Amino acid sequence: MVERSLTRGILAHFIMVLGVVIVAFPLYLAFVASTHTAQEIVQAPMPLLPGSHFWETYKAALFGRDQGAGSTAPVARMMWVSFVSAMVITVGKIAISLMSAFAIVYFRFPFKGLCFWLIFVTLMLPVEVRIGPTYQVVSDLGMLNSYAGLTVPLIASATATFLFRQFFLTVPDELVEAARMDGAGPMRFFKDVLVPLSRTSIAALFVIQFIYGWNQYLWPLLATTSEDMYPVVIGIKRMIAGGDGQNEWNIVMATALLAMLPPALVVILMQKWFVKGLVDTEK
Amino acid sequence: MEKRVRFKSAWLPWLLIAPQMAVIVVFFFWPASQALVQSMQLQDAFGTSTEWVGLENFRRLFEDPGYIDSFKTTAFFSVLVATSGIVLSLLLAVFADRVVKGAMFYKTLLILPYAVAPAVAAVLWVFMFSPSLGVVSYALGHFGIDWNHLLNSGQAMALIVMASVWKQISYNFLFFLAGLQSIPKSLIEAAAIDGAGPLRRFWTVQFPLLSPTTFFLLVINVVYAFFDTFAIVDAATQGGPGKDTAILVYKVYYDGFKAMDLGGSAAQSVVLMLIVVALTVVQFRYVEKKVQY
Repeated sequence: MVERSLTRGILAHFIMVLGVVIVAFPLYLAFVASTHTAQEIVQAPMPLLPGSHFWETYKAALFGRDQGAGSTAPVARMMWVSFVSAMVITVGKIAISLMSAFAIVYFRFPFKGLCFWLIFVTLMLPVEVRIGPTYQVVSDLGMLNSYAGLTVPLIASATATFLFRQFFLTVPDELVEAARMDGAGPMRFFKDVLVPLSRTSIAALFVIQFIYGWNQYLWPLLATTSEDMYPVVIGIKRMIAGGDGQNEWNIVMATALLAMLPPALVVILMQKWFVKGLVDTEK
Repeated sequence: MEKRVRFKSAWLPWLLIAPQMAVIVVFFFWPASQALVQSMQLQDAFGTSTEWVGLENFRRLFEDPGYIDSFKTTAFFSVLVATSGIVLSLLLAVFADRVVKGAMFYKTLLILPYAVAPAVAAVLWVFMFSPSLGVVSYALGHFGIDWNHLLNSGQAMALIVMASVWKQISYNFLFFLAGLQSIPKSLIEAAAIDGAGPLRRFWTVQFPLLSPTTFFLLVINVVYAFFDTFAIVDAATQGGPGKDTAILVYKVYYDGFKAMDLGGSAAQSVVLMLIVVALTVVQFRYVEKKVQY
C-alpha cells in the first residue's frame, strides 16, 4: 500500500489551488474589467472586485457604439462570422475526410497510393509556411472577404482522414458482406453502417476542429479587410489599436470573454470527447 | 493493412476523394510550389517585372543579420516555451494525480486556456502587464521593477513566453495526467514497499515511464512555439521592441505583407517548410518508437 498522509494531501491541494489561481487569474481579471467603466480601469491600480456596469459594457460590446479609439464594430456580428466559419470548417473537414477515407479503405483504384501520400504531405504545409502564395490564390479566385475565403483553404485535413482510415480498418469485413447480401450498394453501406459506427470519432473531432476553426487568426487576418467579415478574434486585435490610455479596456475585456465563451462551453460540456479528440488526433 | 472485402466501381472512389484532392491541390500544393518558384525570383516593387535569380534570395537571406537574429529569437523563445510549459504542467499533473477530492474541478479549470484563442490570450496578458494600468505591472512597481514591455526587449520576450505557456499548459497537463494514470498502481506500490518516498518514487518510477510522453510533448511544444504563436506575437508585441520578438513566422508575414518583399518572404517560407518537414520526420521516427529505458 502507498502511504497516505494528511500533510501530503494538503500539499497536493495547495499546489493545485495555486496552479488553478494562476491559470484562472487572467480570466478573472478580464471579467472584473468588463464590469467597470473605462475610466475606472485606467486609474491604476484598477479595482479587483466586480463592479456594477456589467450589462452596459456587454450591450455596448455586442451591439457596437458610436465612437472609440480602435474598431467599434458590433461584436454580435463578429461572433456570427466566427460561428459560421468554425462550423463550415468543422463540418467540411469531417465530411471530406470521411469520404476520402472511405474511398481509400474500401476501394481499389489507380494512384490510390499517390492520393494517400499527397494527403499525408499536407501535414507538413501549415498555413504559416505558405501564406503569401495562398493569399494570391484566394485573391485571384475573388474569395477575399467571403465565408468561402475564410473557410475553404483550411478545410483539408490529413489528421481527420487518418483517424477515419484507422477506424475503418478496424470495422469487421462481415459487415460489408452482410450489407451486400442485403443488396446495399457502397453509398448505402457508407451512410447506414459506416458513418453511424464512426460517431464517437466524429464527436471527438468535432470538438477539436471547432476550437481550431473558431481560434484561427493568421488566415482571417489576411483574408478579411472589411469590418463586417471580421471574426471576433481579429476584431479584438483591431480594438486594441488605440494604445494603453485610449483603449476602452472594459469593452475589450468583455469582447475577450465573449470570444472565448463558445469554445469554452464546447470544452467543458463535451470534456470527454475533447480529451479523446486530443489524444486521437495526435496518434 | 488492407481490407479483404472491397466494393467495385470505376468512378465512385474518384468522386469520393475529389473534394479533398481539389482543396489540397488548389490551396496547398499550388501555393507551396509557387513559394518555391517565387523564392528563386526577384520582383520589383510594383510587380511589373520578374527576374529569375536562382538561389540569390537564399544567399541574401542568410547574409542578413536580421534573419539570423530572428532564428536566434525563435530558438530562444521555443526553448523557453517548451521547457517551462513542460515543467509546470508536469508539476500540476503529478499533484492532480494524487488529489482525490475535487480532481474534476481542478481539471476543468486547468483545461480552460485551451479554449482561448492565442490572440485573445495575448490580449489578456497585455492587459495585466500594461505599463500604465496593468495590475501585475503595478504590483511589480512596488518591488522596484519598472515593467515596460514596449521598451524593454527582455520583458517583451517574457510577456510572450508567459502568454504562450499559459495557453499551452492545458494540453501538456492532459497528456501528462493521462500518462501518469496509465502507469500501473502495482509499480508504485512495489516501490513504496521497498521504502521509496514520494519524491524518489517520482524520479525512479514515474518520470522514466513518462519519457515517451515527455518527448512527444517536447516536439509538439516546439512546433507550437514555432508556428502557432504568431497570433500571440502579433497581438502582444508585433515583433517589437525593434525586432526583438520577431519570430520566424512573424518575419515571413511582415516581410511579405508589410515590407512587400515577395522573393525574400517566399524564400523564408521555403526555409520554414524544411523546418516543418524535419520536425515531422522527428515526430514520426522517434515518437513512434517510444523513448523508454
